[in-house]
Amino acid sequence: MQPEHIDPPAMPAAPAVAARRALRLPAVGAMLGLVLLCIAGTLLNSQFATADNALNVLTRTAFIGIIAVGMCFVIISGGIDLSVGSMAALIAGVTILLMNKLVPLGWSPVVVVVLGMSAAVLLGAVFGLAHGLLITRGRIEPFIVTLGTLGIFRAYLTYFADGGAIALDNGLADTYGPVYYGSLLGIPVPVWVFALVAIAGAVLLNRTAFGRYVQAIGSNEQVARYAAVDVDRIKVLTYTLLGACVGVATLLYVPRLGSASPTTGLLWELEAIAAVIVGGTALRGGAGSIAGTVIGAVLLSVISNILNLTNIISVYLNAAVQGFVIIAVAFMQRRRP
Amino acid sequence: MNYRIRLFALAAAAAFGLAGPMLAQAQTKVNLGVAIPAATHSFAAGLVYWAGEAKKELEKDPNIKVTIKTASGAPEQANQLQDLVTATKIDALVILPFESAALTRPVQQVKAKGVYVTVVDRGLTDTSGQDAYVSGDNTAFGKVPAEYLAKFLNGKGNIVALRGIPTTIDNERMDAFNSVMKQHPGIKVLDAKHGNWNRDDAFKVMQDFLTRFKEIDAVWAADDDMAFGVLKAIEQAKRKDIKIVFGGAGAKTMVKTLMDGSNPLIQANVSYSPKFIYDAIKMTALARQKGEKLPASTIVPSVLITKQNAKDFYFPDSPF
Repeated sequence: MQPEHIDPPAMPAAPAVAARRALRLPAVGAMLGLVLLCIAGTLLNSQFATADNALNVLTRTAFIGIIAVGMCFVIISGGIDLSVGSMAALIAGVTILLMNKLVPLGWSPVVVVVLGMSAAVLLGAVFGLAHGLLITRGRIEPFIVTLGTLGIFRAYLTYFADGGAIALDNGLADTYGPVYYGSLLGIPVPVWVFALVAIAGAVLLNRTAFGRYVQAIGSNEQVARYAAVDVDRIKVLTYTLLGACVGVATLLYVPRLGSASPTTGLLWELEAIAAVIVGGTALRGGAGSIAGTVIGAVLLSVISNILNLTNIISVYLNAAVQGFVIIAVAFMQRRRP
Repeated sequence: MNYRIRLFALAAAAAFGLAGPMLAQAQTKVNLGVAIPAATHSFAAGLVYWAGEAKKELEKDPNIKVTIKTASGAPEQANQLQDLVTATKIDALVILPFESAALTRPVQQVKAKGVYVTVVDRGLTDTSGQDAYVSGDNTAFGKVPAEYLAKFLNGKGNIVALRGIPTTIDNERMDAFNSVMKQHPGIKVLDAKHGNWNRDDAFKVMQDFLTRFKEIDAVWAADDDMAFGVLKAIEQAKRKDIKIVFGGAGAKTMVKTLMDGSNPLIQANVSYSPKFIYDAIKMTALARQKGEKLPASTIVPSVLITKQNAKDFYFPDSPF
């Protein structure tokens, strides 16, 4: 009865095919790159292949990885978000300030921490919603909107922190610690959350109407509009989803160091975008895969891990190695015209 | 907000500056401009704080006026220099150049207009653009911890080191550290990687050092922010082999830890305080008022901070 909720008959073919291709093919390049890197890592240092090191790498990938899953939706829909690093920093700062303020009220630390964690996700979603509305209703390019908020978010954090660092109350830090440092069945909590977010993202992208609309909009926004897809609503939802993902990443980040400073989350936006693209998603949108994104995120942190575990390359060239690998992987999975 | 207040203050200052000379000529007036980086990390926040403190004290004397400008990049700082000369009409300048090379020429131009120039911390590539130079002691920043650690380990053990952002300052510190360690063949510096003076990066680098080296006796974290990340990584790995973590710069939280003795891994620190901007501003203003010159080069010494003297380095109001 509601035509806008029925799959338009002409639509599914193209994006579905694209999605299937995206699922299988592009991730192969990143996968291959990751396997090669792991072999190289093992040869260079026998400690690389230990479970402890693998869990270290996965745990630190969790922040960028979770953000990258959200970013994947935004990029597939043809958008971009440059503000995620600053957003994470501001959410971390505001959450810490909020929790510190709640301490004197005498509530149990667990309640305060849960409130803080909820606030992080909520705040992220609100920031994302604001992005979405400015982009759709305000008709401003996503690049400009999020470039603007990139500066705004970080400046406000710096202002709240008075240029220094905002530190979490010591008592709370002990209660909150296990969210980052704890583990379940031998696997650290952040890795679990990362896995859950990735699976949820994959299901959402490949098995729901929302996922198909996102891909349709990225393939051809005009056609999607003619096919009665509520383009604006879907776009706002993708940015809100990304904001919530940033919130989740931040709630895992805060207990790690228990502080936020103006250098928190610096350049996370580029790492998240790189993870998505290295994972085989097209920057112009239309098709992409969550599996590829996850592999891309892991690949990026494996590079710096290997560099830290070895001594063969001048420390001044670390960034260059990462650059070479990104380009090489992108080359391996280039699409034929 | 701050920015707007500063703009207003600047406009007011400019207005007074114009009216000033007509009122009283009895005492030498000093119209001092200060150009420093904006508070984008805690050390720079310390600079902004200490510059503000110097301004507050100096302006108790109605004949001294201090205008502070903060920049978040070299081009912005160059523009501010022009504004200070043309709009504020400064006769003395204290500048911490954002980048040495990029600001050498703009500072030379300021000096060519007859302004007395004191350069702080980062020297110009051509020193003819400055009248005086005030800086922290980067050699001691590497040497003091190296000597302390060598003594602490009795000349024997394994050390890992963290480095800052690749810069000349970082190189000077690392070279000074290594040259002391050369005299102690029993001590091995296993590796030194860049943690970019950043807590998160230091955390990751330290995690990987812990994976890579099974026996580490001491960590030279080379900065208090990095020491913070290092401590978290050690805590997480539950490693007991590390006996000491040496930070650097004397951030207030670390000095407090030292005073309270609340972390057995933190036993000493080395000073490198953003307070040198305060010293430079006061020295320049007072010397100019008397018509004197500053020594061509003043090094603010970096000294060892231990539990005994920690309270002299603890400034609870400073953000750093």
